[in-house]
Amino acid sequence: MAEYEIPDTLRFSEQDEWARVEGERVVIGVTDYAQQQLGDIVFVELPEVGAELQMGDPFGVIESVKAVSDLFAPVTGTVLEINEALAEQPEAINEDCYGAGFLLTLQPADPQQTEHLLDAAAYRAHIQKRA
Amino acid sequence: MTRNAGPGLGFEESLLFEQSRPGRRGAETPRSDVPAVDAAALLGDALRKRAPELPEVSEVEVVRHFTRLSTWNAAIDLNLYPLGSCTMKYNPKLNERVARLPGFAQAHPLSPESNTQGLLELCWRLERLLAEISGMDRVTLQPAAGAQGELAGIMMIRAYFDQRGEKRHKVLAPDSAHGTNPASAALNGYEVVTVPSGEDGILHPDALARVMDEDVAALMITNPNTLGLFEEHIVELCELVHARGGLVYGDGANLNALLGVARPGDMGIDVMHFNLHKTFSTPHGGGGPGAGPVGLTTALAPYMPRPVVEKTAEGRYAFDFDRPHSIGRLHGYHGNVGMLIRAYCYILTLGAEGLRRCAEMAVLNANYLLERLRPAYHVPIDRPVMHECVISDRALADTGVSTLDVAKRLIDHGYHPPTIYFPLIVAGAMMIEPTESESQEGLDRFADALLAIAREARDDPETVRSAPHHTRHRRLDETRAARRPILRWRPGSSSN
Amino acid sequence: MLESIGRRSLSELFAAIPAALRLERALDVPDAHSEQEALTALEALASRNENAAQCDWFLGAGCYPHFLPSAIDTLASRAEFTTAYTPYQAEISQGTLQTIFEWQTMLCALTGLEVANASLYDGASATAEAALMALRITRRSKVVLAAGLHPHYREVLATYLGGIGAEIVTLPRASDGRSQVGALPADAACLVVQQPNFFGAVETLREHAEAARAAGALLIVSTNEALSLALLNAPGEIGADIVCGEAQSFGVPMSFGGPHLGFLSASEKHLRQIPGRLVGETVDAAGKRGFVLTLATREQHIRRERATSNICTNQSLCLLMATIYLALLGRRGLRELAELNLAKAEYAKARVRETAGLTLPLAAPTFNEFVVAVPDSGAAALARARGANMVGGLDLKDFAPELGPAVLVCTTELASKGAIERLLAALAGAG
Repeated sequence: MAEYEIPDTLRFSEQDEWARVEGERVVIGVTDYAQQQLGDIVFVELPEVGAELQMGDPFGVIESVKAVSDLFAPVTGTVLEINEALAEQPEAINEDCYGAGFLLTLQPADPQQTEHLLDAAAYRAHIQKRA
Repeated sequence: MTRNAGPGLGFEESLLFEQSRPGRRGAETPRSDVPAVDAAALLGDALRKRAPELPEVSEVEVVRHFTRLSTWNAAIDLNLYPLGSCTMKYNPKLNERVARLPGFAQAHPLSPESNTQGLLELCWRLERLLAEISGMDRVTLQPAAGAQGELAGIMMIRAYFDQRGEKRHKVLAPDSAHGTNPASAALNGYEVVTVPSGEDGILHPDALARVMDEDVAALMITNPNTLGLFEEHIVELCELVHARGGLVYGDGANLNALLGVARPGDMGIDVMHFNLHKTFSTPHGGGGPGAGPVGLTTALAPYMPRPVVEKTAEGRYAFDFDRPHSIGRLHGYHGNVGMLIRAYCYILTLGAEGLRRCAEMAVLNANYLLERLRPAYHVPIDRPVMHECVISDRALADTGVSTLDVAKRLIDHGYHPPTIYFPLIVAGAMMIEPTESESQEGLDRFADALLAIAREARDDPETVRSAPHHTRHRRLDETRAARRPILRWRPGSSSN
Repeated sequence: MLESIGRRSLSELFAAIPAALRLERALDVPDAHSEQEALTALEALASRNENAAQCDWFLGAGCYPHFLPSAIDTLASRAEFTTAYTPYQAEISQGTLQTIFEWQTMLCALTGLEVANASLYDGASATAEAALMALRITRRSKVVLAAGLHPHYREVLATYLGGIGAEIVTLPRASDGRSQVGALPADAACLVVQQPNFFGAVETLREHAEAARAAGALLIVSTNEALSLALLNAPGEIGADIVCGEAQSFGVPMSFGGPHLGFLSASEKHLRQIPGRLVGETVDAAGKRGFVLTLATREQHIRRERATSNICTNQSLCLLMATIYLALLGRRGLRELAELNLAKAEYAKARVRETAGLTLPLAAPTFNEFVVAVPDSGAAALARARGANMVGGLDLKDFAPELGPAVLVCTTELASKGAIERLLAALAGAG
């Protein structure tokens, strides 16, 4: 199995999004596994600031040259900020998916919700199960 | 290495816009025999202030430009073109000649019927020939391509259920289906449910039974399927759908394997499209035009697109517009008639025996190739195939050479690659359709090339992975094109 | 060959087909024709169709007779173009790809928009695809059609939109032949207006653009006499969001209505919603410029049921013909040709005004097509023209009965002054 970076400090959804709690906000992105599966990312469609995301529902689209995939909200909340730089530099997701390649930040409806996401070990097991 | 592609003259050729010189032109407009007019006075505010920025080049520059560009294309007339499901068979030149006859090429779609009897008769006859070949009752010739045929077919199915007052919401398609199937169903508001194929690559009645209910309008099925396998349970599958009141749509992309051998109409198919640019040899033209007539049973005939050509009691041919339950028009006029003319001519030249011979030779060629390739390539579903076969890159996994690499290396041997990474259910699929046009020697040369590449993948994998090496262009950067799209030329915008 | 694959007979190859499904008889089709016999049979059918090669031609109505420069068929008949597939394998399809890129650039110049696709089936389905695009972009459900849209286009729109339950509203026609512009419904996704319209009238697009903008709807301009783009405002420069239609006039034979050349261009912000193929510029591994199909994730083979359209095969070879045509005429040539078409029509209209029995019932400015009211009936007038070896136009009885007996006449560069005079005499009944 290929090597995937899965930081211990993050939480993960089964649809390969990560969530990081920063004070009262939650930062959302796609995992290293997801970006490797997709290959070179060429386009990301994100919701507008102020949009309400529902946990488990699709909120955007991520595309490589020959694949397209929905983005699913790992937690419920209101979009505070989107990563505008991705419009010009979608490759940031390939280069730094946990940093400059984040997707957006949310005001979570329930700050406890991230606790119910997978931790790094559980997410690693989830990937292995699919391989 | 057995190369039959040479370096050629290899001319460079810039864009027309880059060759443009003010005042130069390639065609003169005729001298006017009427008084000049003041366009500004006539059109006022609607007059365009500046002429559109088209290139200005001479006729010889235009001729050299497009002649040079043409030499950068792979084509059937250059070599075997083994694209699976695309049926790149030889396109007889007679068909091109007849389509250019002024009585066809310079006829107008709104001329009175009495003045276009030859074309109407041709359409009427072609409908009957396609019906006989497919075992369907009626055929509409209007759809301009297979995908528009699918759209027409699904629309007729929807109209059929509307007429019966039945609300059905789902369309079923196997996981090996062409992408047009779900897209056409969605354009009709249907939810698409995927039915998994069996381990043996074909659809099984029990898998269908699990998802078939009274909410299903239709099953869309390609037979032979995209693995080149005949759907052996087709009769039972159709019966299952019919028992629940549903209809069966046949994707006719692979009809060439069945010509004169078996007929979709006899299998229980209710509606199907033909790809005249596949089965009936009209040229693909670098992506079109094609034509996608749709065959149907009598039960669906009221819903055919308008108009339909009928023969009157007096032996005249006429358009019938008076079809109150028709789904309506799909095309501004009568479809891609130029393609219908070519297909009609093709059927005339082949006759019954010739049509059957097409299917037999296409199937023989695909099976022969599969046997030749078996020693070096993984055969994911190892059964006798019809007109095309699917192999994969699995046997090369330890070399790091993928299907894409094999495809690109084939180009160095002078071949267009097969269809790759399709069907989706086979990882690293290469779908090869040699068609009936190839001789045994031609097939052997192609097989030798693929076998040589498999050997090279072990001896010198990097050469395969960086192919092609003998083309004008090395591998093109599709990621760059998609990330920052440049979709037109602008002064000073070029990467060169 | 059979032996080498371990089969004894050809029929054994079809073992997977259940016996009950095998066709045990020969197909009932005509006996095989030799090339000579087939040509004779097809020539006999061709000879029974009136055509623009044998008589003076004034019938357009969305399918126009224009002169075809010789280089078009010579080049577009090259087997490297005709017998190539869709250019998925870019390294060996640069001829087709560069042509499409050049077409996209030319079409943007003509329409005044930023993005153009690699063709759709025809003008009617292109207009339907444009309306579907507007429905997706605005997430609304109503399509408003101006009165002057070709009746067949309206029918095709109804067919396409029926599948997703969108509503179609048609606005009335003004007395001068133009389409009335009024306030659009608040939930309109788009206003579709044809330029010049079905009756040949040149629409005041700025008013349509304002009406669309006021309702938050997109303006779709559909053109089926593409030559007019050389003389009339680029719709994209005066507010059109999508310009689509039919480019048969650019060097594609009439061919009884097809294959023709549907086109679609749009402003860049709608790029992701465009149907059909797009070609983009890139570089190869050695840094050399080349072209590829791009943004394919919009298309059916990747996005399947969520694709922007189900289109796959398009009209690539007709696109090649049009690109050659535009290259031959060039910037000045196309403008001159359009001016010549305008001059022919104005001459004909001036003569109509002088001809007893004929009138011009619609006062709006026109390009190369216009309505002539005839004294008795359209059918009788056209029969007189036919008797004088002319195809005189379209009888409007079934399309616009409110105009009374009238004929839609088109005058391209092929119409000589003498032929125009003979036609009007025939239509008036004085011939």
